[in-house]
Amino acid sequence: MAHEHAALQHHFDDMDQQLEASTLGMWAFLITEVLFFGGLFAGYLIYRTKFPEAFDLGSHELDIKFGAINTAVLIGSSLTMVLAVYFAQLGQRMKIVFFLFATLVLGGTFLGIKAVEYSHKIHDGLLPGPGFTFDSPIADQVRIFFSFYFAMTGLHAFHMIIGAGLLSWLMYNAWQGKYDSSYNTPVELVGLYWHFVDIVWIFLFPLLYLIGRN
Amino acid sequence: MSQHIVPMRVYFVIFFSLLILTAVTVWVAFFDLGAVNDAVALGIATTKAMLVILYFMHVRYSSKLTWIFAATGFLFLIILLAFTLSDVLTRDWIPVSAGWGGGAQ
Amino acid sequence: MSTAVFKPSKSQLADQSDGASNYLNAGFSAKSWLLTVDHKRIAILYLISITLFFFLGGLFAVLIRLELLTPQGDLMQAETYNKMFTMHGIVMIFFFLIPSIPAVLGNFLIPLMIGAKDLAFPRINLLSWYIYSVGGLFTFAAIVFGGVDTGWTFYTPYSSTYSNSNVILVAVGVFITGFSSILTGLNFIVTIHKMRAPGMTWFRLPLFVWAHYATSIIQVLGTPVVTAAIMLIGLERLFGFGIFDPKLGGDPLLFQHLFWFYSHPAVYIMILPGMGVISEVITCFAKKKVFGYSFIAFSSIAIAVLGFLVWGHHMFTSGQSVYTSLVFSILTFLVAVPSAIKVFNWTATLYKGAVSYDAPMLYALGFIGLFTIGGLTGIFLGTLAVDVHVHDTYFVVAHFHYIMVGGAIMAYMAGLHFWWPKITGRLYPEGWARFSALVIFIGFHLTFFPQFIVGYLGMPRRYHVYPEEFQILNVLSTAGATILGVGYLIPLIYFTWSLKSGPKASANPWGAKGLEWEKASSPPSQYNFEKTPVVTEEAYDYEPTIWLK
Ligand SMILES: [Cu+2]
Repeated sequence: MAHEHAALQHHFDDMDQQLEASTLGMWAFLITEVLFFGGLFAGYLIYRTKFPEAFDLGSHELDIKFGAINTAVLIGSSLTMVLAVYFAQLGQRMKIVFFLFATLVLGGTFLGIKAVEYSHKIHDGLLPGPGFTFDSPIADQVRIFFSFYFAMTGLHAFHMIIGAGLLSWLMYNAWQGKYDSSYNTPVELVGLYWHFVDIVWIFLFPLLYLIGRN
Repeated sequence: MSQHIVPMRVYFVIFFSLLILTAVTVWVAFFDLGAVNDAVALGIATTKAMLVILYFMHVRYSSKLTWIFAATGFLFLIILLAFTLSDVLTRDWIPVSAGWGGGAQ
Repeated sequence: MSTAVFKPSKSQLADQSDGASNYLNAGFSAKSWLLTVDHKRIAILYLISITLFFFLGGLFAVLIRLELLTPQGDLMQAETYNKMFTMHGIVMIFFFLIPSIPAVLGNFLIPLMIGAKDLAFPRINLLSWYIYSVGGLFTFAAIVFGGVDTGWTFYTPYSSTYSNSNVILVAVGVFITGFSSILTGLNFIVTIHKMRAPGMTWFRLPLFVWAHYATSIIQVLGTPVVTAAIMLIGLERLFGFGIFDPKLGGDPLLFQHLFWFYSHPAVYIMILPGMGVISEVITCFAKKKVFGYSFIAFSSIAIAVLGFLVWGHHMFTSGQSVYTSLVFSILTFLVAVPSAIKVFNWTATLYKGAVSYDAPMLYALGFIGLFTIGGLTGIFLGTLAVDVHVHDTYFVVAHFHYIMVGGAIMAYMAGLHFWWPKITGRLYPEGWARFSALVIFIGFHLTFFPQFIVGYLGMPRRYHVYPEEFQILNVLSTAGATILGVGYLIPLIYFTWSLKSGPKASANPWGAKGLEWEKASSPPSQYNFEKTPVVTEEAYDYEPTIWLK
């Protein structure tokens, strides 16, 4: 330890220990997130098993084009995110900023499409609540499908919004030149978070949009 | 630093694989394969998730501890899903008493 | 700027009396406490907050016991009574028991025990205290606005559809506090993995640290699921989702699954850290190396993992599938094995030890007995047929109070007494401490043992009126609760007294092993150690002598 890095906190011995601790902490947090969404997935699984027809009906109301495009957009944002991490490891300041910005734009696109979808569904009276209307003898069960649709995609979108905030903060810091090849932990950690949010959507897409298409 | 820098080419390969798998899962969804539909959809989703975890999240290049952490979350998720589902699936095998099984309406 | 002039003079004062700077005299302003990232100061913040919640929860217990003095509902109406036991449960479980040992003793001791300067994420540690406080404020607001009457379990569809009390407010409080618990667990896990001093291998860790590692696993894996469940209740109340409402095709049992996936393991969040405390105290006051170190260490992990496979034993009478109940019942018996291993090992540690009976040891011995009773009655309850008979009776109430009060709180008291000289640098009055330990032990038994009987005889829990033949046992229980309450007030008084007037403690007043005793002063300095300690020996390396006292 000839020269201590400015980003080294007092209670760590060196940068390696700090990086390892931070990464492990992020993974532990993601475990928590898996089980947080897991509670909703468990609910989905139960009602899907109980009311398969209603879930097929509900799924038919969703627009597969929106879902598929959003999947592609989110996968694209994962690519730009991982490239931001890549250039952070190489310490190329402008490229970090550029790819963070690209990720932010793609994330914004996803949320925009989601907002359009939401407004269609709410307009069609598919938001569970007093205004819920669905013309079917099993409308109550379809309502449960839409409860899960809104709860799961809503929680997912909330995570995206948090992610967008984190990306903006990273961009500011990257612009200031805080990240280089010797210190880029925050970029890497936000990357992990962002990919996790992507994974949640990778499961939500088939479970909500694709079932009962045939 | 102990960071492993993955060649950029790998990221693009994974990206295109993910897009192709997305197209495949949409395409398959329009065929009536019965229960197989669900299995295929979940299989593809799991494959995509694995690709993201292993390459984008660098688990492939990480310590054993990271592997264990990543696996633990999913293992306990499976415990939650499996026990809960076991209840729902077998609840009606024995009618507990009159009015309990179908009396919910 | 005036504070800048004022501060040195005050720390000089402290220097004169203490002769050394430590974490307590490192700063005196409110800011130096409220914005501290020192794990020791955060532990003190937690100590103060959970003590407040303990006595708040205790107040509800007093009112419950007063109402149950007579078979009629003369003190309060049914609805008020419902709110009393609900608030008692919520405050005691989420705001006292869950954070008690981990957030106070764990927070203070883990870095000291493993030879680190702090936890891995000091700012997240402070954040978790603030999150806890905000959650506490929501819950407190709910109490002020009239309380909540769902029972601490928030069972649906009552909580999601029918209850007219402040469910949302309390749900938000518990939801928020959950994140505090998650962050504490996350912090401990990373700290134990990455912050150990040179030479501090996994199998040299004090068993207290192993126990907290196991606890943290549960906090990280379990808490998010109950958080999701509580979120669904909120959504159901706000939007009428119908997920839990049988009228709309929903399944109330889904909530119970999600709730108990966390809340059974949560019992281990409360008891595992206690087991860690007991392992430390037993070895120190037997002056003997712990018997079967690795068995105790791994049994903690086993309890944490197996604890996730048994939640359905709370749902035997709920309409859950009989087959699932069978599996859950068998798995419940399995959890008894690692718990029993611990009890046997502690007992074996005492054998031929030089046992002394200071207050921490009295609490620890109390713990072993009471936990054993609580654990064994748990096996009765895990047995399907027996559970159908005693479910929702006072037998269950007695069982979990033996675990939570007889187990967790006894251990918390043991730990608080044991490390009090380390935390404050002052000795508490030993005579009073032994006396109050005895009072608590007697009061505890008198409160809860009659409840086993009255429950077995068929008195259901959560009713404010009961048949007259149960009165004698209820009067005994209320009498015991009075004694128990006095037993808790005595330590509050002498601990407070000792802060100013207690004799100065040396670095190692018990002659104990461990870095926190051997390498750190009492109270420890701001960064714990003068220089990072190097560990060269196993834990509990007490002299293997047979003492003739
Ligand atoms: Cu249990």
